[in-house]
Amino acid sequence: MAAHVQTGKNYINEFAGLKSWLCSLDHKRIGVMYAIAVGIFFLVGGIFALLLRTELFSAGPTIMGANTYNQVMTYHGAVMVFMVIIPGIPAVLGNFFLPLHIGAKDVAFPRLNLLSWYVFMAGSILAISTLFTSKIDTGWTFYTPYSIRTSTATVTMVVAAFIMGISSILTGLNFIATTHTLRAPGMTMGRIPLFVWALYSTSILQVLATPVLGITLLLLVAERTLGIGIFDAALGGDPVLFQHFFWFYSHPAVYIMILPAMGIISEVITTFSRKTIFGYTAIAYSSLGIAAVSFFVWGHHMYVSGQSEIANVIFSALTILVGVPTAIKMFNWTATLYRGSIQFTTPMLYALGFLFLFAIGGVTGIMLALIGLDVHFHDTYFVVAHFHYVMVGGVLMALMSGMFYWLPKMSGKMYQESWARISFVFTFIGFNVTFFPQFILGSMGMPRRYFDYLPMYESLNRISTIGSYMIGFGFVVGLITVIRAIYSGPPAPANPWGGKTLEWTVASPPPHHNFDVEPVITAGPYEYR
Amino acid sequence: MSTDNKAMGRKHHFAHHFRSAEHEYESAKQGIWLFMATEILMFGAIFAAYAIFHSLYPSMFAEGASHLDWRMGFINTCVLLVSSWTMAMAIQSLQSGKGKNAAPYLIVTLLCGAGFMVIKYLEYTHKFHLGLYPGKWFTYEGAQHSNLALYFSFYFVMSGLHGIHVLLGMGLITWVLIRTMRGEFDEHYYTPVEGVGIFWHIIDLIWIYLFPILYLIG
Ligand SMILES: [Cu+2]
Repeated sequence: MAAHVQTGKNYINEFAGLKSWLCSLDHKRIGVMYAIAVGIFFLVGGIFALLLRTELFSAGPTIMGANTYNQVMTYHGAVMVFMVIIPGIPAVLGNFFLPLHIGAKDVAFPRLNLLSWYVFMAGSILAISTLFTSKIDTGWTFYTPYSIRTSTATVTMVVAAFIMGISSILTGLNFIATTHTLRAPGMTMGRIPLFVWALYSTSILQVLATPVLGITLLLLVAERTLGIGIFDAALGGDPVLFQHFFWFYSHPAVYIMILPAMGIISEVITTFSRKTIFGYTAIAYSSLGIAAVSFFVWGHHMYVSGQSEIANVIFSALTILVGVPTAIKMFNWTATLYRGSIQFTTPMLYALGFLFLFAIGGVTGIMLALIGLDVHFHDTYFVVAHFHYVMVGGVLMALMSGMFYWLPKMSGKMYQESWARISFVFTFIGFNVTFFPQFILGSMGMPRRYFDYLPMYESLNRISTIGSYMIGFGFVVGLITVIRAIYSGPPAPANPWGGKTLEWTVASPPPHHNFDVEPVITAGPYEYR
Repeated sequence: MSTDNKAMGRKHHFAHHFRSAEHEYESAKQGIWLFMATEILMFGAIFAAYAIFHSLYPSMFAEGASHLDWRMGFINTCVLLVSSWTMAMAIQSLQSGKGKNAAPYLIVTLLCGAGFMVIKYLEYTHKFHLGLYPGKWFTYEGAQHSNLALYFSFYFVMSGLHGIHVLLGMGLITWVLIRTMRGEFDEHYYTPVEGVGIFWHIIDLIWIYLFPILYLIG
């Protein structure tokens, strides 16, 4: 480590030139390439979100008509789901830190790792390209029969989502093989950091659920190009089958999004509480528990799709069951905070923000799991508010937490605390201002997905739109803080936070081969007190 | 590190992040099996869809199956079983140091794959000739069930997706065949051949299920 500090050689400056990045097999460089791509797509998806909220500022058409609104809503959803939140944490932070966390020099299949980036980019560019053709207005769920009939670029978009799915599968199987076979001597499964447990559970979902989405999307393409009729009632098929297949993937997909976020929270909370994490085993196995149960709850999206009563009851009970491992995590995190020496750094603030917002997102999720309430709230803004509390309040808060936590390691530079905190304050307050009113709007009966609403909903919609601008401002401040740190921040020490996991034992930024000497592990990952 | 193992990998040097050639081999094998899990789940979903519609319209599916020639399906099953055996023999030859035998076995495997596709082609053109197309293109006039087209949607989607996999497998076999003839594999390093072999066996296995449910049930 010291040798590297002196020679100044690290993964960033060891090789130079654009080609050395685009052909790099180094997991750290691939992680950075994912970060740049995901960051750009996040801006794109965010601009679509602000356009939607601006249209909804007043009743009646303001900046766009109904058809444009449907398209903007579809792109906001599709970009944020397939191009930001699903790849976000695993492909960026997972790629960078999984090998470092388990004491490996790289992931098991570095070439496949680079391939997954190119496949992801090909899918993303194909998806974005539809913006310049006939666009798409189906919503990110591509529900049949509308997606069979609409005259927009559905086939291109669906093929793009299929391609991005391949990339997700490749990342997942790479991570599983890495976790199984590349752990350093002494790094037993009971000693891997909780972030690795989270990534491992996520990878299982990616490998087992994504192929079902793959075949579903292929069948939809065949439906549109060959008219096979499997999802088309007019030809003897069944459109509800599409919903079953779609949610068989897309419900586990929400855990593909949230589990890595939970992994980051485990790391950040224990580091900044200066305390051994409470209930390591419980947190680790609850990740696997969530992953396992998540395959049997998809029907909760279809309570009003003509599913049988008995199926509804079973899906409802299983969905409530997901609350158990999730609550186990929440209790363990709060127990870790209890009597810890808490430092309110930016990553910790984001992590505490996560706990607060995810608690609301989780509890409203239980409400929606109950059939009686869900039938009332179905397709209203209550659902929109719920999943944004989980996906934005949960996943994006954790992603920001992780980005600030690991920025010193990834870039070798420290960021400015004051500006980073301003970014947190704006995103956190702005988030609640945006989405809390949507719970009220939903319970008042405002339907989702429409470009217009009754005048009675206007004042709460105005509050919501103002909140969305605050989130936008907060993220822009955060982005500027990160970029400023990378260009002109003071150099970061190897272990700025006093962390105990392996990435903090190597220089910042890490050397090309991660570890000069293969580490030998003799204790757990969080040996504080 | 790789210098310690000179004797292990004369031609192939394992990547720097592995401890040994065996370590690399074990990782690669896990990766291949995980990929096979994705293939099985992908086909699993469409098998599930088949089961649902079959339970709704059993007699329609029986009528559909009666339009297929079980003898053609049976020949193809035998062809694929032979190809699985030759594939296994190719790997076994490499493992036991008789690398020279591997290439002929691979060529036979490739020919079996091609034979399978030829028979599939004959079957398809026969169906097209009768107007037994999938979904909205269905023009066959003697159907007893008005939704018989749905059976042929399943038939063409399932056997077509399987056929695409056979073609992919043939491409992969060609790739390892060329590398085998260049002498890149021996008893110490044959991971790509084994990986392609596993893929080929899984394709065969899927056909073993497709044959009865498409041709025989009903
Ligand atoms: Cu769900």
